[in-house]
Amino acid sequence: MTTMTDPPQAEGFRIGQLIHDTRYRSYTFQFIALVLLILGFSWLAYNASQNEQLQSNGFSYEFLSAPAGYDINQQPIPYTSQDTHLRATVIGAINTIIVAVLACITATVFGVIAGVLRLSNNWIISKLMAVYVEMFRNIPVLIWIIIIFTVAANIFPPISEFRLPRDGSDPDRTLLFGMFAATNQGVFIPRLVFTGLGWLVALVFLASIAGVFGWRAHARKKLFDEGKVVPVLLPSIAILLLPTIVAYFILGMPVSVENPEMGRFRFEGGFLLRPSLIALWFALSIYTGAFIAENVRAGILAISKGQTEAAAALGMRPGRIMSLVVLPQALRVIIPPLISQYLNITKNTSLAIAVGYMDLTGTLGGITLNQTGRALECILLLMLFYLTFSLAISAIMNVYNNSVKLKER
Amino acid sequence: MSDAHAHSVAFVRESEIPPAPPPVAEAGAVRWVRANLFSGPFNTIMTLLGILVIYYLLSGLIPWILNGTWEGADIRDCREQLQGNGGGCFAVIAERWPQLLFGFQYPDYLRWRPTMAFVLLFLAVPPALFVMFLPRWTLIATAVYPFIAYWLIWGGTILAPIFVAVGVAAGYLVFQKIEKLRGFVPGMGAGIVTAFVIWWIGGFITAAMPGFLALETVESRSMGGFMLNMILGVVCVSLSIPMGILLALGRQSRLPIVKGFCVVFIEFVRGVPLITLLFVANVVLAYFLPPNANFDLIIRVIIMITMFSAAYIAEVIRGGLAALPKGQYEAGDSLGLDYAQSMRLIILPQALKISIPGIVNVAVGLFKDTTLVSVISMFDLVGMIRGPILSSTDWAGVYWELWAAACVLFFVVCYGISQYSQWLERQLRTDHR
Repeated sequence: MTTMTDPPQAEGFRIGQLIHDTRYRSYTFQFIALVLLILGFSWLAYNASQNEQLQSNGFSYEFLSAPAGYDINQQPIPYTSQDTHLRATVIGAINTIIVAVLACITATVFGVIAGVLRLSNNWIISKLMAVYVEMFRNIPVLIWIIIIFTVAANIFPPISEFRLPRDGSDPDRTLLFGMFAATNQGVFIPRLVFTGLGWLVALVFLASIAGVFGWRAHARKKLFDEGKVVPVLLPSIAILLLPTIVAYFILGMPVSVENPEMGRFRFEGGFLLRPSLIALWFALSIYTGAFIAENVRAGILAISKGQTEAAAALGMRPGRIMSLVVLPQALRVIIPPLISQYLNITKNTSLAIAVGYMDLTGTLGGITLNQTGRALECILLLMLFYLTFSLAISAIMNVYNNSVKLKER
Repeated sequence: MSDAHAHSVAFVRESEIPPAPPPVAEAGAVRWVRANLFSGPFNTIMTLLGILVIYYLLSGLIPWILNGTWEGADIRDCREQLQGNGGGCFAVIAERWPQLLFGFQYPDYLRWRPTMAFVLLFLAVPPALFVMFLPRWTLIATAVYPFIAYWLIWGGTILAPIFVAVGVAAGYLVFQKIEKLRGFVPGMGAGIVTAFVIWWIGGFITAAMPGFLALETVESRSMGGFMLNMILGVVCVSLSIPMGILLALGRQSRLPIVKGFCVVFIEFVRGVPLITLLFVANVVLAYFLPPNANFDLIIRVIIMITMFSAAYIAEVIRGGLAALPKGQYEAGDSLGLDYAQSMRLIILPQALKISIPGIVNVAVGLFKDTTLVSVISMFDLVGMIRGPILSSTDWAGVYWELWAAACVLFFVVCYGISQYSQWLERQLRTDHR
């Protein structure tokens, strides 16, 4: 009853094992893949080295410090045409971020409203929302951007209609509430003007927003730990407004609103939303809003009806059922696709080039590229910027996702 | 007990009363309206708002369509005919529809060829889309279609597409034979070598007989209009599905180098906008191709769009692969199948079924994204409208009619595809709910 296995044969490594032995075969394949990859890339690199244009120009980013020589119509930071390409690029990047953030906020609002309303009991409203969603999802966003741009640039009245006629009679049109004017050059809106210590007021306001969140967390902790109900709504409003108002008056009213006013030829003061910005912002919002609406709808439908019924059996009112039972669970389903919608918005802002909004694609990928002819460098930089944006957004949103996801113990 | 009681009751009904209809307010249309439209003050307000919105939309839309004119030489002519009655100037569509569909450079006496290719598409696609209803041999139509379509749209001698097709077919046959004897990898290698040999020989024969059954050649840069959107959409989707499958398998594989390359490729492509990739196709790709090779812009664009959508499809398929229970992979191993066999016979059919909705989403998105080529000054539908048509003196200012036409074209195609995918999902649902 002795079972003797053969002693392991001390046989050496044979070439055949590279193909027939599963232990070594993966190394063979990877080696082949690596060689093919290197060959492919070196072929590309060789072609590039043979290219006459690259040979004469070389590869350098020196052009970034040369004067740009072109104007940018939307300037979040001061800029003249004598500034460098680098500064123009930075302005483009800021413009991209501005329109991306604006569109993300409004798209979420549109999407949540449309998604909830599509589930409404009201037949007309739910059908209207279905039409909205299907219409915007099935037509390219580029077409929407151009259509809205056309509306903004052609349908609104010209500025001249707001002008005071020479004879002192009333102009054809007046500002809405004395603050807003929609013209074919863009929409004029009031602007906040900070003088002196004005930025301190803004800082206080930002701190109050953080304070409101802090108070809510505090109230929730009290409720869960000690069972005490702490009022939330009124203190929140107080926290939000009081410090800012106090700071405003203590510092001597350093913040004021500047309304656009009709000068001799054009509006003076105020802030101008150009048709290109409006088109990009609004089109991206309603287009992506339609996608977000579907995500929201799917998220709410994913919560089993039993949850709603259980909450109702406990005697909760419909509004509370939605906010305390359904939405917290639905958020877990909604957040991940929402992240990719935000990424889509950020990437789609590059369509700005179709309507002439000076975002990163317009400055670095458009005029700078055409002026300097440094296609390789510009596009490499452009891709790097967008990659960074995308990674940053998904990192931030994933942190939020982790905070709402199911806590399993 | 009950008997005794029965006597004390004056009247006991012996038959059932026929059920009465519900009160008017609780049945039929009235009940429906009350429940769905006016169930509370909030709901009533919403209904009235909804009706207001619909009225507002229709009051603009209906006169615009009904009063519109389809005849007229230019926009001034249109305005005279309309006399400001709110109608649309659809004459621009009547006059320019060939440009909207085929671009402005495609020779007008050859338009029957892309039209024919488009009609044949409806013969070629169903065998792939309705696999479960049509017999398998109809797939031949799908396999042959790309070559016929190429010949019809671009023209040239028929020998070129024939040799490409023969190369593919011979390669596949050799692959099947060798795979049975020696396994997947040698089979694949032998198949590829065979195909290349046949293409190489075919190249000489085609060059020797350029006039054999030749259609008039049309340059790629003459393609335009909605035709260009269709070409880019169909070609890129069909090329990116196999590439996406390979990328997804690569990303799931245990080989670190292959996996690393796939991860970097996918994440990179998904992190940048399509426009930057189109810029690459337009200005940068030429640096990396042999100096004397002048690739068509359209081919460069196809390469970049295919890479773009392949990365997205790879992620969708990766989801499908991840959704399969581990037992399926183990089943493949326990049957003694090697990697290629278990993937082909067990894993991929199930994973692809799961990922169909996602793939269709990507396909619809890709088809919409083909409009972006207008940014690099190719004259697709959007490029045609923005460029030659709206800048012509005849039709400058006819925005609504043209954009409405573009919207309708895209809506019909995209909505059709998404309805198909929902139908397919219901068909393939094997769990019983």
